[in-house]
Amino acid sequence: MTEIRGRVVFDGEAEGPFLRLGAPISFWGGVDPKSGTIADPRHPDYGAEITGRILAIPETVGSSSSSAIMLELLRNGSAPAALILGQVDAILVLGLVVARELSYKTVPVVELATEATAALRNGELVRVTSSGSVQAV
Amino acid sequence: MTLTEYEQSVLDGDDGPAAALCMRIVVEMAELLGAPGLIEISSAHIDGCLYHGDGGVEFAQRLVEDGAHVVVPTTLNVGALDLLNPSRVNADPHSYQMARRQMAAYETMGCTPTWTCAPYQAGHRPGLGEHVAWGESNAVAFANSVLGARTNRYGDFMDICCAVVARAPYVGLHTDEARLATVIVDTSAVSEKLKRADVFFPVLGSWFGKTLGGRIAVIDGLPPSTGEDQLKALGAAAATTGAVGLFHVAGITPEAPTVDAALGGRQAEDVIRLTPEAVRAARDELSTVARESIDAVALGSPHFSLEEFAQLEGLLPERRFEIPFYVCTGRGVLEQLDAEGRTGPLVDVGVEIIVDTCVVVTPILPSAGGTLMTNSGKFALYSPSNIGYDVAYGSLEDCVASALTGRVERDEAVWS
Repeated sequence: MTEIRGRVVFDGEAEGPFLRLGAPISFWGGVDPKSGTIADPRHPDYGAEITGRILAIPETVGSSSSSAIMLELLRNGSAPAALILGQVDAILVLGLVVARELSYKTVPVVELATEATAALRNGELVRVTSSGSVQAV
Repeated sequence: MTLTEYEQSVLDGDDGPAAALCMRIVVEMAELLGAPGLIEISSAHIDGCLYHGDGGVEFAQRLVEDGAHVVVPTTLNVGALDLLNPSRVNADPHSYQMARRQMAAYETMGCTPTWTCAPYQAGHRPGLGEHVAWGESNAVAFANSVLGARTNRYGDFMDICCAVVARAPYVGLHTDEARLATVIVDTSAVSEKLKRADVFFPVLGSWFGKTLGGRIAVIDGLPPSTGEDQLKALGAAAATTGAVGLFHVAGITPEAPTVDAALGGRQAEDVIRLTPEAVRAARDELSTVARESIDAVALGSPHFSLEEFAQLEGLLPERRFEIPFYVCTGRGVLEQLDAEGRTGPLVDVGVEIIVDTCVVVTPILPSAGGTLMTNSGKFALYSPSNIGYDVAYGSLEDCVASALTGRVERDEAVWS
């Protein structure tokens, strides 16, 4: 299998089941930071658990409070295991930068075009390395 | 990335640990975004004062303990409490205490306690070309689009960091290039009658955000009557469904005297024609229920302006509303209503005025749930996920009529 490698936006290594969101999301209003689930009834992945997932997000929209939701997910231990962003999103990554300042456990973020992860299936075990490699295990 | 001598000294801790922490975050985000350097900002608007959990409080308190203080005029967005009527919010004791602590921390840092998501209607109006660092998606869209000030979409925490060091990454919407439209939205197929109606603008915004995502577009064909509150409603909805920080409206917004000017004289990459069918679909998507009974009406996202109150006053009925009728606004607007003796008649028919916060960011509505009717695209989009209420979208007139019967009453004529 050919290696998929993206740009490392935030350092780290992770492994977990893959989940690709089916539509853009605003973490504020779209994710419950306590339960770690998709909370917007209008979203196609409504109810899906993101905690511990290698979460591929094609596009982020909406609230500037999404950084705060990211911070709370990390604080609560309900965050995804890694974020794979179709395009780098300053608001989500900010939540990680602040989390590190507060000594919370952080997770890796890789920027990678959505097409590049098209072969990965939801639920498949995927590993993210510190060099930005995203690979089915 | 190049830092000035001053910026480097702040980073090295010469202005104390809080400024160093803030500069570290600003510089890290600047590097991440590929900025060549930082730009000085002249004001900030802080969205980070709203309680989402204890992490945000810990960050604010860390800044306070380290001696953080803002060095530019800085307004505050809504918090999770109505500080003037604390009993309005049904928060659990822990959340209540933490929300209060978080709001207090931002006041301690020298921010002005405006507690409004419409700071631009509370006297905070940066000028054309002025660099600022604003949070709150609707405020960002308004500052860029309607005022022509320059800010990126700053997330919670970045806003306060920028305010403490008076710097922001010089990238994105701070630069000339990124502000130019690349797409034309042609509204000529939509009726002039509809385009003059307030109820059109949240629908247009919701469609716009979903269709454009983060691309910069110039909307062509809106009437000269298009007003500030209509643009506010457009931007708020667009910034909810999309990553919209700036839009242009030809002949209306300051960087779009013409379509050509908004495009910077270049050819548009794309022309998108807004069809009447797309408008109706976007309108229907704002509601989650068909015609049925409603449990409450909520207005004021973004916060109601004095002009919007005047519109509401013009529609006030002779008798009391049958269901709770909330209007969310800034305390500055309420003060003016009070001073002019306008609050009494509103309260008499059952209007509950909420300040400092709003009904979709904190528990105010009865927790049993139900259906909320609103004229706000942002309320319509966030209510189901944030507070578990179904939504019926309608005009201000529809909302007033429906509050008298407890059922959705809509004037369909404007959509025909």
